[in-house]
Order: sequence, then structure tokens, then C-alpha cells
Amino acid sequence: MSLSGVLNQLLQSLLVVAAAPLLMGWVNQCRAWLANRRGPGILQPYRTLHKLFHKDAALAEGASWLFRVNPYIQLGAMVLAASLVPMLAVDLPLAPAADVIALVGVFAVARVFASLAAMDIGTAFGSLGARREMFVGALAEPALLILFFNFSLVSHSTSLTTIVQTLAHQQFVLHASLAFAAVAFVMVLLAENARIPVDNPATHLELTMIHEALILEYSARHLALIEWAVAIKLFVYFAIGIACFLPWGIAQAGDWAAVPLATGLLLGKMALAGAGLAVVETVNAKLRLFRAPEFLATAFLLAMLGLLLHFVLQV
Amino acid sequence: MAIPFSWQLINLLAALLLLIAFAMLAQRRVTALIGLYAGQGLVLAASTAAMARISGLPHLYVSAALTLALKVFALPWLLHRVIRRLEIRWEVEPLINIPATMLVGIGLVIFAFNLAEPISQMASPITRSTLGIATASVLLAFLMMITRRKAVTQVIAFLAMENGLFFAATSATRGMPLVVELGIALDVLVGALIFGIFFFHIRETFDSLDIHHMEKLKEH
Repeated sequence: MSLSGVLNQLLQSLLVVAAAPLLMGWVNQCRAWLANRRGPGILQPYRTLHKLFHKDAALAEGASWLFRVNPYIQLGAMVLAASLVPMLAVDLPLAPAADVIALVGVFAVARVFASLAAMDIGTAFGSLGARREMFVGALAEPALLILFFNFSLVSHSTSLTTIVQTLAHQQFVLHASLAFAAVAFVMVLLAENARIPVDNPATHLELTMIHEALILEYSARHLALIEWAVAIKLFVYFAIGIACFLPWGIAQAGDWAAVPLATGLLLGKMALAGAGLAVVETVNAKLRLFRAPEFLATAFLLAMLGLLLHFVLQV
Repeated sequence: MAIPFSWQLINLLAALLLLIAFAMLAQRRVTALIGLYAGQGLVLAASTAAMARISGLPHLYVSAALTLALKVFALPWLLHRVIRRLEIRWEVEPLINIPATMLVGIGLVIFAFNLAEPISQMASPITRSTLGIATASVLLAFLMMITRRKAVTQVIAFLAMENGLFFAATSATRGMPLVVELGIALDVLVGALIFGIFFFHIRETFDSLDIHHMEKLKEH
């Protein structure tokens, strides 16, 4: 473990935690522009977080320690996930601790605790949201794993740093199987981050809500932590997508001169991906809840096809 | 391992062709289906042009241009016109539900890949992989034709099947003689026109485009 690796790790984690609300604000701003509205400005999530941190928390009657601990678990899991994905440079001291399968596991832990906490308070909306969250999660997770196996076949490793190393710093090869993985990844990203075809992040007044139903009882600093965790989750998913599909520009191990450029490129790619997400959310209508299995089954099948193609095309 | 970039490009385009074939299988809306058909035409034109560049056969450029004009612009425009005139905006009604169709589709892809394998052993490395994909997209379009109820979607499936065959022809055998290609292009255009007229006749006779009604043609 080198000093430069530790520094890079710290820099990356700080960047993610600080910039995640900005990304959320940017996506919301893009959505507002596409809907011909002026939008609240891209700094709005920071103002919301600031406001929430200065309020007094109210706890639901009968809420146990699980309910109070959950926001910290959410944030902790997401920050951990953020430190496992190579974003600026490929040497991450924490990365060998967990490969993509463990990364999927980290997301699963956060999901389990979110659902348990939602059921803990015993309201109808909470358990309804928890069930739906598990329903969507159980379908999205296999698709996510299979699409990661596409990368494992290409790079002969399940470690994200090795995958990025193979794709970004070796001879450029067009991998047809990854085209399938890319489509599957976008579908999983939409489902896992409660974006529009599966869930609507902008409302908590609908009976069809999934994510908002989970956090309906949270207030003040607890809510702020969860909102922050949600923003980090979106950032991490984007970062995984960028690392897997557009890794060019990421710095080599120990190459500090390339880090400023890598940071700029990362933020540029994030901005583009955020605008893309806003477009996807604007042109699509929300699916009926029972169409969600179809949506995610398609993602799974596409990821599976990618595996098949890899063997047929032999590249 | 290190195959030339242009071959990788052909492989990628082949994969995109298959991807669009699957998207068509999963699509419920007719207008979106036509959009996907146009996209498939674009991929086909690109792969034909890439093939022309690799093989240095100038007539393949002609057929790429023809594909672009016909399958990306003319036919989708024609189909849009037909469904606007017929005032159909319904969702496609598949005979078996979409996830099941997709599963059957995966099975077909595996079947096609297996089928193409012994042939690919003898072929040059560039055609080795694409033949299986072309077969798979033909079979997928065929599956779509079987599982759809309405005449318009069946015709789109038919056209998609022709795309798969065309891809097989250009990628595996480096294209047919120009005369044959011109003939096929004209056939497809004329076929689509005739289908368009058929739609109106079917609707006039049965008040619906559901070909289910045609089973009752027997005299009683």
C-alpha cells in the first residue's frame, strides 16, 4: 500500500461525498429544463441537506434502534461502495478488499436495512414500500451480477480495478458483448436508483411509490443522511458505468500528473450521464408496477446474451 | 486475440443487429417498432459499408446506400403513413407474453449459434461469428411473426427477417452480385407497397387487422 494510493483513496471518497448532491441537483435541473421549467438550481440538494440538518428529528412512536441506526448504515454502505469503484486512478488500497460481487453485496446490505427499518415502524406505507423494494431488488440483482460477469470474461477478473485496467490501458478492442451489458446496465441503474420507468423519485404522493414509501417516516438529520446516501448511490452507479464502459482518461497508478485531468474528465462524463438520465426520464412514462419484472427480466436476458455472444465472437 | 479493428467493428454491428432484434421482440408499441426497424436498417447499412471497405468491393457501397435509402427512410415512412391512415395506435398484442417470448428467443439464439458453428469452422475468421448472429436474427424475426396477432406487426417482422438474411448475405459471402441486390431491394419495396394495400383490404373486409378473423373464411 503506497502513500499515493492512500491519498488517491481519500481524495476520491471526499470527492464522491461532496459532489454527489451536486449530481442530484444537476439531474433535477436538467429534468426541469426538459419540462420547460426554470428549476431550483443545481445547488438545491445542498440547501435541502443544510435545512434538514438544522431541524429537530421526530421519531415515530414505537421506533426501535433499527430505525435510528438505519440512516447511518445507508450512508456508511454507500460511502464504502464509493471507495471500491476506481474513479480517478486505478490504485485504490481498499479495492482488493472487495470485487464486483462484494460490491453488489454492499448494495444488498443497504437494501435489507432500508426495508427492515421501513417495516420497523409498522405503518402500511412502510411495509408496502419494503416489499416493493425487495421485489425490484431481487430482480435487479441477478441482472447486475450477470452483466458484471461479462466484464469478468473480458478481463479474466472480478475485481473492478483490474477490469478498468484492462479496458482503459491496454490495446483498444471493441467488445460486442459489452454493448449488451451496457443496455442491461442502464436498465438496472434505473431500477436500482428508483428512477422513472420503475419508480418516480419526484413524488411521495403516489400509491405506486417505492423508494419514497420506505423513507416516509424519516425527518431532519435522519432524512438528510438518507437523501445524501441516495445521491451517493446514484453517483456510484454512474461511476461504475463510467469505469466499465467509458474508462478512458482514468489515471495510471502513481501518475499524479494525470489526476487533475482525470477529475475533470470524470466530472464531464458525470454531467453528460446526468443529462442523459434526465432525457431518459423525460421521454419515458412510469411503468405499471407489475411491468417491472418484465423490464428487469429483459435486462437479465440482455446480460445473458452478452455472455453467449462473448463465446461466439471469441474476442 | 488481436483481430483487426474493422473486424471488431463488424462484430459489434452484428451484435447491435441482434440487440435490436431482441428489442423488437420486447416492444409493445407499433410506432416504436417502426423506429427500431429503421435503426436496424441503419446498422445494416453501416455494416455493409464496413464490409465494402474491408473487402474493397465497390458494389457493396451501392448496396449500403440502397439499404440506407430504403430501410432507414423509405419503408419506415411508408409504414408510418399506413398506420396513420389506418388510425391504429394500439399496443401490439402478443399471443404469448413478452418474458416468455424473450426466453424462447434466448433458446433460438443458442440454437442458431450451435447451428452456425460447424459452418463457421470452415469459413474465414471474419464470417465465423457473424453467420450465427445473422441466423439468430432471422429466427428471432420469425418468432416475432408467429407470436403477433396483427397484420402490421407481422409485416414489420417479415421486413426484419429480410434484414437478417441480407446481413447473412453481405457478411458471410461478401455480398451478392449487384443485379441480385437491386432485385431484392426492389422486391422488398414492392412487397411493402402490396402489403400496405392488403392492410386496407383486410380492414375493409373484417373491420379489423387481427388476422385471427381470417381463419373464418370458410363458407357455412
